[in-house]
Amino acid sequence: MPEYTLYTPLKDDDITKLKAGDRVNINGTIFTARDAAHKKLVELIDKGEELPFDIRGQVIYYAGPAPAKPGYVIGPVGPTTSGRMDSLTVPLLEKGLKGMIGKGTRSDEIKKELMSHRAVYFAAVGGAAALLSRKVKKARVAAYPELGPEAVFELEVKDFPVFVVNDIYGNDLYQQGVSEYSRE
Amino acid sequence: MPNGGVVFIREINVTTVKNAVRDLCIEANCHLGDDTVSVLNNSVQREKSPTGREILGQIIENASIAHQEEIPMCQDTGFAVVFIEMGQEILLTGGNLVEAVNEGVREGYTKGFLRKSMVRDPIERVNTEDNTPAIVHIQIVPGQQIKIIAVPKGGGSENMSALKMLKPVEGVDGIIKFVTETVKNAGPNPCPPIVVGLGIGGTMEKAALMAKHALTRPLGQKSDDPGTAELEEKLVREINNLGIGPQGLGGSTTTLAVHIERFATHIACLPVAVNISCHAYRHKEIVI
Repeated sequence: MPEYTLYTPLKDDDITKLKAGDRVNINGTIFTARDAAHKKLVELIDKGEELPFDIRGQVIYYAGPAPAKPGYVIGPVGPTTSGRMDSLTVPLLEKGLKGMIGKGTRSDEIKKELMSHRAVYFAAVGGAAALLSRKVKKARVAAYPELGPEAVFELEVKDFPVFVVNDIYGNDLYQQGVSEYSRE
Repeated sequence: MPNGGVVFIREINVTTVKNAVRDLCIEANCHLGDDTVSVLNNSVQREKSPTGREILGQIIENASIAHQEEIPMCQDTGFAVVFIEMGQEILLTGGNLVEAVNEGVREGYTKGFLRKSMVRDPIERVNTEDNTPAIVHIQIVPGQQIKIIAVPKGGGSENMSALKMLKPVEGVDGIIKFVTETVKNAGPNPCPPIVVGLGIGGTMEKAALMAKHALTRPLGQKSDDPGTAELEEKLVREINNLGIGPQGLGGSTTTLAVHIERFATHIACLPVAVNISCHAYRHKEIVI
């Protein structure tokens, strides 16, 4: 299983080499956004307004942290189910989004859009929120503080562990992995 | 009746219940039980996929970090599901039982830095900011004690749960088919390896409640009924043959256990409810 260390914003060379099943450590700035923040981001795009952060080459992490204990950078922050964002993803890809981190399957439409927009979908381990929060070195609310845990957080991460699920070649690790181990 | 018909009533102040619920919410979310840790440790030895083993390793390390630092193991600290078995020889004083449970949830989720995930209304969707209301199931039982079980239940796995009214003629084969289809459709979404709570029989809502209650049983404990235990083992094998594996990335550990509760039903009915828990199999209980 190839292992890569990547730095955001992601470059086209990074995207080209990634294949479903690769293990990647992500470094640099990433942004959290869940359902409610996605609705707001897409509304801005529909109105032709600027997004609250530069999305080009960026990675969105589908996550809403638990509150941070005093002295902690952030509370536990694991991935949420990505499929809920499927219907709100294409406008962000059109604006230059290059990576998404979540858990669970994407729609066939999104898999095709990843190929045409040259972007990648990663999975982090759902439920490993305490472990993943240790990979976050800095955190601040970048937009929509009124959404509480659903706000957009700008995170600076170090060696944030993910797996490539959907690459630009149409591969899907969920399908590959299951067919390899299925004994039906 | 003993004592010539005199029944001694035990008085319990609801503040005791409130404090217990508060502590159980924090404990359940931050400290994965020994039952689950032990099953996870065994599963990492047996898992065939290298990626699956790495994931199980992360899950075990995560539980250890959460335990040491007393932070939630998952950011989704769940619906606060609370089962109460209340002895009928108890007089509750000092307030309303359900309000006390909600106050315990409010205090626990605030004090424990747990995420507040409840919205007041399923359509309006405004966060209540304190994770209330709890989902409370109360049962009156003989005796003078109260048993409280807190089961923080994540949304992702709850969404993958399902209920079907089978035809009686479909029998065990129909049950196995429905359960494996439900798990297969869920794929990676409920954060496998999962624990499956199964309610078979009763009415529609009785089946659903049994499926939830089955998720309070210690992991690794088989059903007391040999026939039910056999069906649990068969379902574990069938589900693990699906190949979904840890986090759905392929592997031999899709489920850690299947827990079944059964109840009498109507001659025309065979209700089957499947309630899925993620690998964060959170449940803590106390007897007062």
